[in-house]
This record gives sequence, C-alpha cells and structure tokens, in this order.
Amino acid sequence: MTSTDTKTTEQHGFRFSDIRGMFGGGQSTARQFGILGSLIAIILIFQIFSDGLTLSPGNVINVMQQYSYILILAIGMVMVIIMGHIDLSVGSVAAFVGIVLAKSMSEWNLPWWGAILLGLGLGALVGAWQGLWVAYVGVPAFIVTLAGMLFFRGANQWIGDSISVPVPREFVTIGAGYLPEIGGIPIPYNVPTLILGVLAAAWLVFFEWRTRRQQKKMGSERAPLWVSVVKVVLLCAVILGAALLFGSGRPGTSFPVSGIILLALVILYSFVTNHTVFGRHIYAVGGNRQAAKLSGVKDRRVDFFVMMNMSVLAAVAGMIFVARSQASGPQDGNGWELDAIAAVFIGGAAVSGGIGTVIGSIIGGLVMAFLNNGMQLLSFGADTVQMVKGAVLLVAVGIDAYNKQQGRPSVLGFLTRRRRPAGEFAGIDTTPIGARAMETPPAAPPAPSPRSAASQTPPAADDSATKEPGSR
Amino acid sequence: MFHDVNGHTSDDMDDSEVNQVEPATQRPDQAPVLQMRDITKIFPGVKALSDVSLTVRPATIHAICGENGAGKSTLMKVLSGVYPYGTYTGDIIVEGREMRFRDIRASEEAGVVIIHQELALIPELSITENIFLGNELRRGVAIDWRSARARTVELLERVGLREDPDTPIKALGVGKQQLIEIAKALNKNVRLLILDEPTAALNDTDSEHLLGLIRGLKDRGIASIIISHKLNEIEQIADDITIIRDGRVVETLDVQQGAINEDRIIHGMVGRSLEHRYPDRTPNPGEVFFEVRDWVVQHPTVSERYVVKGSSLNVRRGEVVGIAGLMGAGRTELAMSIFGRSYGRFVSGTMTKDGAEIEVPDVPAAIRHGIAYVSEDRKSLGLNLLDSIKRSVVAAKLSKITHRGMVDAREERAVAEQYRKSLRIKTPDVNNGVSSLSGGNQQKVVLAKWMFTDPDLLILDEPTRGIDVGAKYEIYSIINELANAGKGVIVISSELPELLGICDRIYTVFEGRITDCIPAAEATPETLMRSMTSLNEKAHA
Repeated sequence: MTSTDTKTTEQHGFRFSDIRGMFGGGQSTARQFGILGSLIAIILIFQIFSDGLTLSPGNVINVMQQYSYILILAIGMVMVIIMGHIDLSVGSVAAFVGIVLAKSMSEWNLPWWGAILLGLGLGALVGAWQGLWVAYVGVPAFIVTLAGMLFFRGANQWIGDSISVPVPREFVTIGAGYLPEIGGIPIPYNVPTLILGVLAAAWLVFFEWRTRRQQKKMGSERAPLWVSVVKVVLLCAVILGAALLFGSGRPGTSFPVSGIILLALVILYSFVTNHTVFGRHIYAVGGNRQAAKLSGVKDRRVDFFVMMNMSVLAAVAGMIFVARSQASGPQDGNGWELDAIAAVFIGGAAVSGGIGTVIGSIIGGLVMAFLNNGMQLLSFGADTVQMVKGAVLLVAVGIDAYNKQQGRPSVLGFLTRRRRPAGEFAGIDTTPIGARAMETPPAAPPAPSPRSAASQTPPAADDSATKEPGSR
Repeated sequence: MFHDVNGHTSDDMDDSEVNQVEPATQRPDQAPVLQMRDITKIFPGVKALSDVSLTVRPATIHAICGENGAGKSTLMKVLSGVYPYGTYTGDIIVEGREMRFRDIRASEEAGVVIIHQELALIPELSITENIFLGNELRRGVAIDWRSARARTVELLERVGLREDPDTPIKALGVGKQQLIEIAKALNKNVRLLILDEPTAALNDTDSEHLLGLIRGLKDRGIASIIISHKLNEIEQIADDITIIRDGRVVETLDVQQGAINEDRIIHGMVGRSLEHRYPDRTPNPGEVFFEVRDWVVQHPTVSERYVVKGSSLNVRRGEVVGIAGLMGAGRTELAMSIFGRSYGRFVSGTMTKDGAEIEVPDVPAAIRHGIAYVSEDRKSLGLNLLDSIKRSVVAAKLSKITHRGMVDAREERAVAEQYRKSLRIKTPDVNNGVSSLSGGNQQKVVLAKWMFTDPDLLILDEPTRGIDVGAKYEIYSIINELANAGKGVIVISSELPELLGICDRIYTVFEGRITDCIPAAEATPETLMRSMTSLNEKAHA
C-alpha cells in the first residue's frame, strides 16, 4: 500500500512515509494518522490520571455500549457530509423509530424480530421521504432535516404520549447484551470474545499477505518487508489486547452485542465507500458535482440513497439505544446529530464535501467518547465536559483549516510527507517563460516518438473492453 | 457560466517575431486621460502581459482587440486594481498622476470604472439600491433614500432609460441592465469607462442604443475603453484601436488617419507565423458516421434566448473536425447539448450515428452511445481535484472494472498505469492526487478518462488551454492517433492556428449558427475570422 518514489525505492533505510503508509497511504491519511495519534494520547493520558481505570475491562465495555449508537450515526453522517449535505434529524428519527418499536412490542405484541424489521422499514421510509425532498425537489438538506428534526421529535412524543414505553426483555439483548459464555473452559476469559479477536488478527495477517502478493504480481512498488511486519504485529497486538480486555470483565460481561453490530457496519460501509460504484459516486459528487454529472453520474440518485441510508442507520442507533435503556422515552436521541457531526469533522471530513472516511469518523467518534468518559472518570461535571468537547472540535477543525490556508499538511503530515525529486513534477511551473521556452523548443518537443507512443494508446482502451464484452 | 475566464495567455511567447509598437499620435494640446507604460504581468509559468503600453486620449473611444487569451482582460484587471499595485510592473498614469491602485475601490475613486461582461448587479435589489450599493448616501446613520431616488431618476435620464427607480433589476432585460451599469458608473464621477464585451449578450437594437450612449459620453468628455469581438462595431465607434496578441501590443491604429477596416484588424489579431508546432498529419477520413441536424437549444434559464439556432454538422470516421467561434458564439453550448443535453434546454434536432437515429437524453446515454466530451474547464467540470489519478481515469466508466458489485482495485491500477505510460503522464505514482499534476498532465488524465470509455466520437473543448508548448504537442499527437484509430474527433478552439494545424475540416460558428464549413487546407485565419464575426449567408455544409 505504501507508495514511494520510483527513483528512491531501491535503497533506502528508515523513512517516515513508510510508517504513515502502515495506515493506508494517500492524501487523507495524514489527517487520520494525526487524529489516531490524538486518540492514543487521550487514552494514555486518562489512563494515567485515572489510575488505570480508563483501560479497565468494565470501562471499555461501558464506553463501547454507551457510544456505539453515536458511532453508527457517524458512519452514515460521514457519507452525508462527503456529499456536501448535513442531517440534523438523526436524533429525532432514532427516537421516532424507537417509540414505534416499543409500542409495537408492548401494545401490538409484535415479536422482537418483527419489531426490528418494522424499525428498519420505518427508517427506510423516513429516509426516502427526506431523500425525496433533498434530491428531487431540491430543498437543501439542512432545511429538510431541520424540519425532520422538529417533526419526528413531535411524532415521538405524540405516539408515546410523552412518557416512557418499556420494551420486553428479549429485545434488550441487542443494546445491553454480550457475547455468550461457554461453560467448561477453565480460563478467566470469555472464550467467544477471544475467538473473535484471534479471527480478526488472522484476517489481518492474511489481508496484508495478500496485498503484498498482489503488489508483487503487479510489479508495483512495495513497502519494505519490515514495515509490513511491524504494522501487522502492532495491529494484532492492539486487537488481541482489546480482546483480552473485553474478555476479562466481570463474569457475565464480554464484548457487547452493540459492538458487534458496530463492527459489522464499519466493515460493511468501509467496503461500500471504498470498493463499490456507489461509494465512488459519493466521493465524485461530493468532490465536484458538475464534473461527476458530466462523467455520467446520476447525482440526484446518489443524494437520495445517501439521505435514505442515514435514516436507516438512525433507526438502527435508535433501536440499540432503546434496548440498552430498556424503554423508549420522549427525550431519546436529543443532541445525537451534533455528536455524530462532531465525530465526522474531528475525523477529517471537509465541510465543503468530497473528503472523509468511515474509519476516520469512527476514530473521531472514539476521541469524543474517551474524552467524555475520561473526564467523567475524573469526576468533571457535565458542564466542563461540554466545554472541552466544544473546544476540541474547534481546535481539530481549526488546525485543518489553518494548514489548508497555508497550503501545507499538518505537522505530522509535514514530517511524513514524501520527498519528491526536484523537477520530477510540480503543481505549478514557476520556471520563467524564457527559460522554459529554451528547454522545450516548440518545433522539437521532448516527445521521443508520438507515433509509437500513441499507437499503444487505442489498444489500451480496447484491451480491457474485450476482457468484458458484457460491460456495455 | 461557460464563458472564458480570460487572463492567461497562450504559450506563444516564444514567437521570435518582434512586434513594432507604434504609439498613438499625440496631440500637444491634449494630455492623455490614461497612460499605461510597460505593463508586465506574470502568472506562475505564464507571462500574460509583457511591456504593454497604452495611451487613451481625452474624449475618445479606444478599442482593444485581440484573440481570446491575448491578454485584454488581464490588462483591464491591472488597470482597475483587481490585480493590485505590486503584482505587476509598469506605470499607470491617470490624468497626469501616477496611480497605485490597491483595489477596485481605489481605481473607481480615481474615476476609472470597469463594467465587466458578467454584470455585477444584484437581481433582487431595485435600480436605486444597485446604483448606490457600496456608495450609499447617508443622513446620519440611515440611508437617505429620497435623495438617492431623485439622483437615480436623473442618472436614468442621462442613459436614456425610462424606468421606475424602484424596479428590481431582475425585471429588466440584459440591455437595460447594461445601461444601469453605466448609470452606476456615471454616479461615481467616471473619467474613464471600461466596457468588457458590452454588446456580447445584446440584440442589435440594444447594441445600437448602447453604442450611441457611449458616443454621447464621449461628446461630454468621458473617454471609454471598449473590448469587443464584434469588429464591425469597433470599426464604427472607435477612435483608436490597440491590437494585443500573446500579451504584447502589436500595433495601435488611429482610425481617423488611415483606412481601417475589419480585414486590417483581423490581420493584426491573427498575423502570426505558423511554425512546426503540430505533428504531421495524413488525413484518411472514412464514411460519415455521426451527424447532427437542425440542432436548436435554448438558454437554460432565459427561455426566449436561443443559444444554438438550427445547427447541422457531421463527422467522418478518422476525421478531426474543428469548430471555430468567438467567446459566446455557442460552441461549447452546442457541444455540451450534443453530449447528453448537458447544457440548456433541448428544443429540436436529430442525431444520427452509424446510420441510425439515436436518442441521447442524458450523459449516461451519451457515454453508452460512444460519445465523449472533454470540457474546456478542466478544473471545475473535468476533474474531481480531490481524487487520485487512478480513480479519475476510470471515473466515467466504472462498470468496466466492476465485478460482482466490487470495483477491482487491481484492474483500476493496471488501467491507470497503462495510460500513464501510453500518454506519458508525468507522475511517480498513479495513487497521487490529480491536483499534484501540471495543467498538461491533468489534461492527459482527462483524455485518459474519456478514452477509457471507448468512444467513437470525442468532442474536445479547448483541449490545450493553459498548458505549455511541449504538452500541447503531445495532446495534438494523441488527437492524431485517435483519429488514425478510426475515431471521429471534434476540436473546439479559440486558437485559429491550432485548428488549422490539426483539423481536416473546420466549421465556423457565429451567434449560435454555423456560418461556414471550410476544409482546413483551404482556410486561412482571415477567412475563418470573417465567418466567425459575421453571418455570411453561405449554405450550411
């Protein structure tokens, strides 16, 4: 994955770009690298000041349960924000779905799985409604979802008579449940959690191996082997450490079900945004809508599905929250939209659209989560926590904006940027016109042989076409 | 929206010919209203103006002529303070005093007022509010609307407009809006009025009125600089004509002294030698495979305005067809409306490809039918500048590398690598962002993106705008090879030598109509320019 300069690949020792390459390479990575560093720093600082409480099994399980729904919202929100939109209605939609769900089980006696299907369907319906206004009527998403925020908050209180509606026990599992215990094995850990961790680590090793093999086959440059090894060892250590941590809580607790749902969604949506046509279209429209349209992207359709998807994820978040608190109340989901939006921006997304990643937003959300949690452990009041969260958001995005204005990457990005051989290529040609004209006299351009160069050209296009005759 | 943003000249600075600068004849009794001396303005990599000098005599109309990109607008931006003092070299002397404008406000205070081609009026506000915007009459803290309105009535009278001063701007036609701009300038105590393409959007009656008004101002001692592509107007109205080419003053003509006609002006505008700047081409055109007939398109918002008025054209396999026309003539509009109706409102017309009539209601349909369009505006319409090279290359036909719903990253890389090599895109890695590339290499990425869609017809709109000479040659070679591979290529360009150098046949467009179709071998810049500036009634080819 690490890409290095052609000229300098053969022999080089240690380079910062290799380290950055461990986390993906590419332009937006510098930002993610920075925010990941901040997350680690925050966790370590609180770990020290809370005398080890932050990374205790009970606490990490708690953080996971308490913030999984915000993180799920952040997954949808980052796609909305990449598109250049915003969704203010997610908290209200979550609350609305939650109350209908609670009512459906307690009063209409729907089974829990039926209620979940109902909730998802309702989320899709709400999303389609809002998407319709955004995509096809052309009302700005800010307005549509502001209206939705008011409307669905009201709908929640109207349906629930502004009182709490309890949900049955078997439903509670998705919000407050854990991976099951397996009896008979005499170790002080939860076995399924450990298995999950080992599987994840194994998959990681396999994935890295496959990537290297592919790079070799393609003949493209590879990062030095030690980089891959260090990367895999580090990540496996983190994963297995987390598995041990989650698996060693007090009996009866382990990796929470809501965490499993979150993990599944992160993997799913990372895949969707990175490897599907739909994902490409999201970045294309968000980055330059006109250019995307002229490349044949149906931008309105993308608008529609992204808005719809957001509401479905809001429904999921709402259901997890209702399950965890064992009831749906009139104030559920208040302010969630703001937490989710903050997570996305801390995670490196751009207000103007086109930039942002699912993983980045999750890291951004975790920064907020551990900040919140750590300050609570240190007995700061909710007032202080709010103020600090506000400041963190402003500073994180402020650093980005400042760096962009200065036209240079963040401090970490600066340290890790690739060194380009001078004159290889440049964004702006600053050579004085006279000097340039002497280098490339118009009559004799540097083209070795335009004929031979271009005779390869058309086959380049035709070649891949013949491979897939059905692609038209 | 699709107009040129001028200011960057082409890269022909290295033309070896030396241009004579003949200063305007000065009459001793009249101190000039404006003198610009040795103005040089350099953009990164491009010398947009070099040692331009200009003298405007009092109470005269001074026309500036030149091809698109010759440097006219840059010069006017220097004069009006858009490019502040210090970003250029040279002197600006207004009525005997040297000026160092920091911004537009400073130049307006000195009496130099520019009226841009895109009018700077706010549609929702009234005439009065617009005229006094940023210049409000006050009584205490409040705006003195009564005096403002009274003054507006006065100003409207001076420009010959009978409108209620409370009328919102959006209720007026373009012609009247133009007059409001002039009224606004008069309110600023203007000494020198600069009009950039004032009649480009006007019909004949409105143009007549506007030109009459400018003459009236001249009689009252207000000098004007007028930039226009309509040479017949210039011939009528101008006292002096300065011709700019490639950022230099070619000559300044005194209309009263010599017999100045359109041909004389055209000669000055295009008279550069054609060197070996184009790859050799042996055209080998086949059958006509693509044809557009009686194509009519309306402006996207102004429904009574037609931007393409019954144009017909055809393309043979293996042929490079040029479209020549001045800014605003409807070239881009024609091309984009062919490309899946992506501009304006389609009214009527038929499109035939390979003998069968085809329907192309949107861009995906155009791509499906093998039509590709490379936009003139690479940065805002051609590329997502946030994206990497490899992702940009496959962006217009992702389906080709998508299997079971998954974009194949390996194939994507392989395709990008292939184009990197065959088009010689200068980058160490196709993972890099397109924003890291120079203009010429960005253009190659755009070409790769459209070649990847396997088009039969490529429409290239200003394919070499803003890129350097070497890269231009490479682009020409690519065009050549595409044609040799049996594809039809339409090239739209403002640079006539370029069209003459690479095309087999050239259509000329004027005011939304195709006015002529000339085989490139028989065409000269002069004949093209003539058909691009008037409706000669030759039959449509």
